[in-house]
Amino acid sequence: MASKTVRAIRGSSRTYNLPIADLYVQQFGSGAPLLWLHSEDYYELDLPLIQKLAQKYKVIVPWMPGYGKTDLPDTVRTVDDLSYAYLDLMQKLKLEKTRVVGFSMGGWLANEIASKDCSRITKMSLVCPVGVKIGGAYDRDIEDIYYHPTATVQSFKFSNPQKDPMVPKELSEEEAFNLARAKETTAKLAWDPYFHNPTLKYRLHRISVKTQFIWGSKDGLTQPKYGRAYAKLMPKTEFTTIAGAAHFPHVEKPDSFDPVLENFLR
Amino acid sequence: MEFYHFTEFPWPYLPPDDEFTSMRVNLPSSVFDPKKGSDLYHSYLDQHVLADELGLNCMINEHHQTATCINSAAPLSVAIAARETKNARICILGNPAANLRDPIRCAEEMAMIDNISHGRLECGFVRGVPYELFGSNCNPTETSSRLWESVQLMQKAWATHDGPFNYEGRWIHKRQVNVWPRIYQDPHPPIWMTGGSDVNHATRAVESGFTFTMFLTPADGMRKMFDGVRENLKKKGLPKPADDLFSFMPLLAVGDTEEEALKFVQEVFWYVTNNKAEPQFRAPPGYVETPLYANFLSGRFSGGRTDAIRTKGMEYFRENGVAVYGTPDSVAKQLKSLYKKVGGFGHLIAMMHSGDMPFKHTAKSMKLFAEEVVPQLKDLGTVSSSLGPLKDRGTPVKASKFNGRTEALASARENWLKQQTKKAKAA
Repeated sequence: MASKTVRAIRGSSRTYNLPIADLYVQQFGSGAPLLWLHSEDYYELDLPLIQKLAQKYKVIVPWMPGYGKTDLPDTVRTVDDLSYAYLDLMQKLKLEKTRVVGFSMGGWLANEIASKDCSRITKMSLVCPVGVKIGGAYDRDIEDIYYHPTATVQSFKFSNPQKDPMVPKELSEEEAFNLARAKETTAKLAWDPYFHNPTLKYRLHRISVKTQFIWGSKDGLTQPKYGRAYAKLMPKTEFTTIAGAAHFPHVEKPDSFDPVLENFLR
Repeated sequence: MEFYHFTEFPWPYLPPDDEFTSMRVNLPSSVFDPKKGSDLYHSYLDQHVLADELGLNCMINEHHQTATCINSAAPLSVAIAARETKNARICILGNPAANLRDPIRCAEEMAMIDNISHGRLECGFVRGVPYELFGSNCNPTETSSRLWESVQLMQKAWATHDGPFNYEGRWIHKRQVNVWPRIYQDPHPPIWMTGGSDVNHATRAVESGFTFTMFLTPADGMRKMFDGVRENLKKKGLPKPADDLFSFMPLLAVGDTEEEALKFVQEVFWYVTNNKAEPQFRAPPGYVETPLYANFLSGRFSGGRTDAIRTKGMEYFRENGVAVYGTPDSVAKQLKSLYKKVGGFGHLIAMMHSGDMPFKHTAKSMKLFAEEVVPQLKDLGTVSSSLGPLKDRGTPVKASKFNGRTEALASARENWLKQQTKKAKAA
């Protein structure tokens, strides 16, 4: 699914062999660096918005290991572990004043990176990020994508399920294999603790850069109230909702979403 | 060949089918009535006693959060059988080693049971069906690796008698491992493992000297798997495994007449018709090999062995060896043919009870099986001449040389001890 459209956008790609993991990285356009961290469902790898942003920025798109290009090494079991590969990448690419955009699990990754070192980052935009636990032991902050039937999970993610670009029944064998591999990788990183790192929230105060939270008003996977509480854990945040969209507002309502992101990144 | 009776300890009093979506994971326990349940437990435990009286062995399993099986802590019922039976080999199949947070606790339980039963334990370890990943919250992508690490640690713990050792492995960290009591069977009880689609896992099990078993698998699939294992072992230059390293479980019923056997097997068939589960519970990511999971996601595979076979009739089940039923002579003939078809196996686990099948029906089927079928088959196949991993097991010997499993194991143990002494001297 993902690779087809991305190939159509002019860019370059390279695999970086880093001590933690190998990262396949695409780059589009030129200008100030913009690090683009895709979600567990990797819709963002072929989002038309990349092309728009590439007119102004050097958009750097690493594919998380295990999502179609490089393998997730057995030694990497958490997003926390993985964040060190991205820190190494940022160092290797000598990135300065980077804009970071992260979606869902990519938003979690962004916070794991920035809470360790945000000296190379100028601002961040996080779209429905996961990664922290807000409620009590009996509260399910993030709906269980493994327990619920597929259609229910889809309704958590999309206010209008017709907008979901992923139609598994239409996938070729190779695409289905990549989807399966990606879901396995997500489970490796997020089965337990479920889509969060229990210690991350005690490090979020270290993120000193301005951070935008964008949330779909109809997000059923992580409700806006989770997002608002999450944003309060960080020092410099602003919170915007996209009306009528769920967990992937950039897919479901790009006309509302794109300007909100672009204005913030400016 | 060895024969085991099996009941899964079902809870048969289900709500109307349209009132629940799954037998597994989320069926509320309000469906279970302890007054009826306590009677059921006794009826099922009685089946183990009856099996023993008839000269059969017992297989005992566990599942969690399901009405298909209320035996949610198998070591407890195995311990009861260890005390209440005299001669039966008691096969736990198995301990969900991949999902257990503390395998040393499991090693201790098995050591106690092996002592209480005077060395009649057959110790199975399972990865657990996919439904178990929800209740255990074990990461499905880790289960294979955790299973093997747990089992190898337990083997080491059972075989160590000179005080504590420390262990810091991939998933498990333990300090001062020192299992008491010392296990009865040296170096440890026979180990069993189950499997479905992964031939490499099955090969590794047999190579380790474990008995590999399949459940309700059509003969063609079983043949493919067993042949795959034998071929892999040959490629590795290993000796031919004896039949006692392979096992199979069909639904089984014996009657005085074909009609009676059909009636009984239809009662056992409850397990197949009622084993419904929501599709997502069958395929958490990472549980099966990636290509198979990809087929599940894209709808190329429905994800259920029982789904595929449920819709076909009983005759289909009989043709494929998944259900074996009939008069004693007919059942013996079917099993001989199955043995041939799949290239041999040394243990037959007979699922002779399920659902609300009355005790007297199961008892009759068991009695006919033990008295009229088993004598026709017990000398079938080969057994290992020593213990340990396959490379040390020696040339398979005919099962007919021994009067049953315990005797064959005693002989193998003697040979194994000789090997150990020789090795020690050489060192």
